[in-house]
Amino acid sequence: MNDQVLAFETDCHLFQECGFPAPSVWSFIFDPIFSVGPIEFNKAMLLALLGTVAILSFFWAAFARPKVVPGKLQMVAEAGYDFVRKGVAREIMGKKGEPYVPLLVSLFFFVWVMNLWAVVPLAQFPVTSAIAFPAGLAVVVWVTYMTVTFKTNGFVGGLRNLCVPSGLPKGIYVILTPIEFISNVFLRPFTMAVRLFANMFAGHLLLLLFIIGTWYTLGTVVGTFYSITSFALALVLTVFEMFIQALQAYVFVVLTATYLSQALEEAH
Amino acid sequence: MINMAAEGPQNPLLPVWPEVFIGLFCFGIIFFAFYKKLLPSINKVLEERREAIEGGMEKAEATQAEARQTLESYKEQLAEARHDAARLRQEAKEQGAALIAEMREEGQRQREEIISAGHAQIEADRKQAAELLRQDVGRLATELAGRLVGEALEDHARQSRTIDRFLAELEEKAAAAPSGDAAGAAR
Repeated sequence: MNDQVLAFETDCHLFQECGFPAPSVWSFIFDPIFSVGPIEFNKAMLLALLGTVAILSFFWAAFARPKVVPGKLQMVAEAGYDFVRKGVAREIMGKKGEPYVPLLVSLFFFVWVMNLWAVVPLAQFPVTSAIAFPAGLAVVVWVTYMTVTFKTNGFVGGLRNLCVPSGLPKGIYVILTPIEFISNVFLRPFTMAVRLFANMFAGHLLLLLFIIGTWYTLGTVVGTFYSITSFALALVLTVFEMFIQALQAYVFVVLTATYLSQALEEAH
Repeated sequence: MINMAAEGPQNPLLPVWPEVFIGLFCFGIIFFAFYKKLLPSINKVLEERREAIEGGMEKAEATQAEARQTLESYKEQLAEARHDAARLRQEAKEQGAALIAEMREEGQRQREEIISAGHAQIEADRKQAAELLRQDVGRLATELAGRLVGEALEDHARQSRTIDRFLAELEEKAAAAPSGDAAGAAR
């Protein structure tokens, strides 16, 4: 059980002839909860499913039978919805963004809740620090981006939209066109996935470092001072992580909206 | 964890396929729920709310417009009433003036009537007086003459004729005198 819940060796302390069990890539790999043939069901998957249930129940309770004069729950959910619809879709894409609001709203809340698992007691593992989840979302965004680009501009116009930014001196295009193509078609989804993954991965490592440090240094008088310092930092970083989690979810939808807005731009 | 060390950790940048599948599945469910049910539902209510607010504002605007219209009509009625009053006053003034003129005319007419009646009366009185005077003068003159002559002139009728003739001569003379003067002047 410990191997699934705790990510480090628990019976080792400072001055006990054993090294600091520093967090590593291993901290992100858990024993499967169960396996079906070669498919292993792990903690990240479980949290993803639980998070989905949480999102759905919250928004179902708030939006399934909405009232013109909202209750508290509906008001909070509306604030979240408005934040994405007005703050992201309307702000970046304008009126044309309205059809993409459901995508942006689901992306934002999915990413945010999956990030949020990092600070939920007992779970304490960001689902998005497993690259499979950000990668899956990036693929969804990429497919939407490409579809919208070619649907709006046609095949040639779509290619021009992706490769040829307008309003530059002619000679520049020789260099810029391949760069733009690679950047828009290949790097964008990759960086999108890696940005989210790396932020969550690093954040989790940081929290682990200080929490393991708190435990490891505990025991002797001198160690307790280290321990208290480490714990204080863990608390501060937890708050900081919560900020980063929301920020990364926001960045993810802002990038999606930016790409889609670019795809919707008419060719010049 | 430690027991897995022998195998070496997987590269964290390589996705685990079941995780990709689960992630897409979860996201798909969330997207579907938002797209099909939750967002249309909340959008409808948001629209209703917006309409309710705008409807209230429209109602207030309509009430205001009605009030303005009522005020306008009152003002119009007031102006009309003022106009009517002025017209009536003017008419009354004109009627009064006409009445006064009529009455003045009537007065004038009555005055003239009275005056002419007076003149006629005076003329009649004068004639009567003249008649009486003529008789009296005749009688007195006869009497006087009788006394002077010493005999009664009995033939009354003849006396009367004589007197009348005399008086007529007198009148004729009186009438001829101015015309004679006029004839003399013309000559």
